[in-house]
Amino acid sequence: MTNELTRYSAVAIRDMVATGVVSSAEVCTAFLDRIGAMDKRLGAFLKMDPEAALAQAREADAKRSRGEALGRLHGVPVAVKDMIVTRGIETTCGSKILAGFIPPYDAHVVERIKEEGGVVLGKTNLDEFAFGSSNENSGYKRCGNPWSRHHVPGGSSGGSAAAVSAGFAPLALGTDTGGSVRQPASLCGVVGLKPTYGRVSRYGVVAFASSLDQCGPMAGDVRDTALLLSVIAGKDPRDATSADVLVPDYVATLGQRPGQDGRWSMDDGRRLRIGVPKEYFPSGAKGLEPDVASTITKALARLSELGADVEETSLPHSPYAIPAYYVLAVAEASSNLARYDSLRYGPKCPESARTDLEQCYMQARAAGFGDEVKRRIILGTFALSAGYYDAYYVKAMKVRTLIRRDFDAAFRKFDLLAAPTSPVAGFRLGELVDDPLTMYQMDVLTVPVNLADVPGISVPAGFSSAGLPIGLQLIAPRFEEARLLRAAYAFEQAGPPRAFPPGWDEVIR
Amino acid sequence: MSYRTVIGLEVHAQLSTATKAFCSCSTRFGDLPNRNTCPVCLGMPGALPVLNRNAVELAVRVAFALGCEVRKTSIFARKNYFYPDLPKGYQITQYDQPLAENGRLSAPLPDGSEVPVRIRRIHMEEDAGKNIHLPGGNESLVDFNRCGVPLVEIVTEPDISSPQVAAAYLKELRNVLRCLGACDGNMEQGSFRCDANVSVMCEDATALGTRTELKNINSFKFVQRGLEYEIQRQIGILEAGGSVVQETRLFDPRSGITHSMRGKEESHDYRYFPEPDLPPLVLDDAWQDAVRERRPVLPADYRKRLRDELGLPPYDVDVLSADKDVAEYSIAVLSHARDRKGASNWLMTEVLAVLNDRRIAIADFPVNAADVAGLVDLLASQKLSAPLAKEVFARMWQERRSLAECVASVGTQDSDERHLLAICRTVVENSPVEVGKYVAGKTQIIGWFVGQAMKETRGKGNPRILTRMFTELLDAGKSKQ
Repeated sequence: MTNELTRYSAVAIRDMVATGVVSSAEVCTAFLDRIGAMDKRLGAFLKMDPEAALAQAREADAKRSRGEALGRLHGVPVAVKDMIVTRGIETTCGSKILAGFIPPYDAHVVERIKEEGGVVLGKTNLDEFAFGSSNENSGYKRCGNPWSRHHVPGGSSGGSAAAVSAGFAPLALGTDTGGSVRQPASLCGVVGLKPTYGRVSRYGVVAFASSLDQCGPMAGDVRDTALLLSVIAGKDPRDATSADVLVPDYVATLGQRPGQDGRWSMDDGRRLRIGVPKEYFPSGAKGLEPDVASTITKALARLSELGADVEETSLPHSPYAIPAYYVLAVAEASSNLARYDSLRYGPKCPESARTDLEQCYMQARAAGFGDEVKRRIILGTFALSAGYYDAYYVKAMKVRTLIRRDFDAAFRKFDLLAAPTSPVAGFRLGELVDDPLTMYQMDVLTVPVNLADVPGISVPAGFSSAGLPIGLQLIAPRFEEARLLRAAYAFEQAGPPRAFPPGWDEVIR
Repeated sequence: MSYRTVIGLEVHAQLSTATKAFCSCSTRFGDLPNRNTCPVCLGMPGALPVLNRNAVELAVRVAFALGCEVRKTSIFARKNYFYPDLPKGYQITQYDQPLAENGRLSAPLPDGSEVPVRIRRIHMEEDAGKNIHLPGGNESLVDFNRCGVPLVEIVTEPDISSPQVAAAYLKELRNVLRCLGACDGNMEQGSFRCDANVSVMCEDATALGTRTELKNINSFKFVQRGLEYEIQRQIGILEAGGSVVQETRLFDPRSGITHSMRGKEESHDYRYFPEPDLPPLVLDDAWQDAVRERRPVLPADYRKRLRDELGLPPYDVDVLSADKDVAEYSIAVLSHARDRKGASNWLMTEVLAVLNDRRIAIADFPVNAADVAGLVDLLASQKLSAPLAKEVFARMWQERRSLAECVASVGTQDSDERHLLAICRTVVENSPVEVGKYVAGKTQIIGWFVGQAMKETRGKGNPRILTRMFTELLDAGKSKQ
């Protein structure tokens, strides 16, 4: 019976724990047991600390029995991407170079989860330092897609997406630099939201590309996504780039359902205007997979039925987003990853190299970083080098400005933009590992959102003929997460109920 | 062939904040290693910098005091390089959009003249940690207490024409920073560090010569000696028909020479780019005006007062304005004293001697300014002889007692002519041999007579009166014969 708990939403679990139907410890045990029994064949988690998780759950229960005020995540387990530091729990970013690193502090988002009574369940798998779109770049192990054992879960937050999809956690944190929350959410059939840049503190979120990184919630449905965003969003004095913008109660705003006439409207009574960027529906060899195109077309029709005006629009600089992104992201990454020099944490350089500082750096980094990390450090170092800086970094910054203006212009006409999250429903493990350029193209529909600092969400929209999930991406103006979530919620409510992947829907005994 | 020297200076000054530039760790010097550290200044994964507002205000005060234009928007940048004392693998600094530019500072020379030096830029940055190499050469440790401490780098144009002007500029800059409360100027603790770019060129040449960068010149003495050596070295190369190599050179204070540290080709490509973790630093007009209004008194203001209001000659102005606290103390003394030059002399010789001997700051000197002025006036009005005045002064600072108390215990000078004349007569009567010598023409023996009378008066006889009386008595005796 207790294992059925793992199919409940976070809101349901919280309410059940808060009203004493079930204890937080029982909930935590149910998820820990399920992970223990089933994650061997999935690989969603890199590190578990069941004792610490149960201790937090028991503390939540104690709080309730003492009659104290209960948090918004009271007793709810949360899986945390291993890109986010957790006090006392090894945090490796999926990299060998951080093996054994036990942070002395919690990230702001982890602090917030704990303050609201949430339980950190474990650390989820990812592409090393979030460099990848398939989770295949993990320095430790691959992670599968619960919908197909031969397919990738997407990335880089592949472990978080797979964990939510497989019922290992009702909520998960991911990080999204170029699509790393939305794309795996799409591929695993869950909801993932990339907040506005500055909406969520990055303090304790290990940096990949600091000007693009955002931590975002992943969950089985839109309401749970809104709940987790409400908890983690807001100004944090420890992150100078976090914004001092009021955080609405995102869950409460979902209540504004379609009106009496069945149509939903914006607050001022206008119909919701949704723009569909034509650049996001490329045709030809590098275009969308037909199943994706048809599923998203149906999704747009559902939005129209819900009362939105859906119209084609243009984000003309979209073709330049991928090259600009891969210059800026790798440039920042090359600097952000300089601190992994083996002197303070992670494995020490080999004894033989210790007489020469440079050898020590080189050997430790050569051994500790995987191929994709090395590729990006080399690219980024090159892009920032004297004589190339203007041609690459400065030019890419200009492109970023143009892309931002594209979005600003589109949002003068539209309340939201809609597009597929990923050009493909999924790809097979190993299919693209030797083809990094095609792998980079997987981010084509998500990267511009990061470059423009705007929020985006991926919400399940259907399935390919092979049974792989396909996500609809909605994009809103900066700090309009409430609008984004409200639209996604209406879309979700008008569709079929949440589906669990076949083979992962049984209740283990 | 005669040569011109061209010097530009870069000073790193530690801003006197209680906490570090980007975290709340203490900046205290001398604590146990790695005590003042946190995830931010240790560059731990996930940690982020937040700018210390107080550091910004101090830096802007410096910029205004040096007549700079302060940018409304300046940008922090990352300077990337690997070194164990740099835990993030980059230093947060400012690059192409620094805090302030285009200032100037006049370097005062001992003769009272001033040499203007243009300031090219002032930018903020963080300090690195400190590598400690254990004896034996096999192990090194890193102390991150200093890591993240806020600095300003102050860069001049190549306007400095000699090591003397360089030293004068640095002394003046240090005084300005101390007047501002922006930097304690402590060179031994590394709060005020200097690098120099130096080149020489033929007197009639139009293009600058190849420069070298000189490091490890962290005292005024080393600045002068290092630059002097380096200039002679470069001239020697040119005279021998060679050419100077652009490189970084290290000054060795023990041998007094410089040696190559790294060549141009080994110089780093720092791959500067805007620091994405810090938004642009925006300082609007109102904020800038508020800081500008809080401008304190600067060394140039002290010099002006000492020279124009208190009428001191250039040498005295130079000596007494060298230190902010000494200047303030001196002005207080001088404004109480009737004999200003006498007071200035007393300050330069007696007061500064005590400070030097005892290695104390003027703040710890126990005698108040009014008492020093009173003492100088007693000396000027001959109420005290010089030896008596010294005795009183010594008691004042050693026993921490007031002028009145010390004068009462030592006693003032005896200028009572009748009393002194009686003593002089007795001395002359009891000294026939010495009188004979004087009469024979050995007039310098008058000092011996005065000394005898001083013994009789226990040092309180007015030496001028005694000298006059002995001269009159002995000369009268001479004419009688």
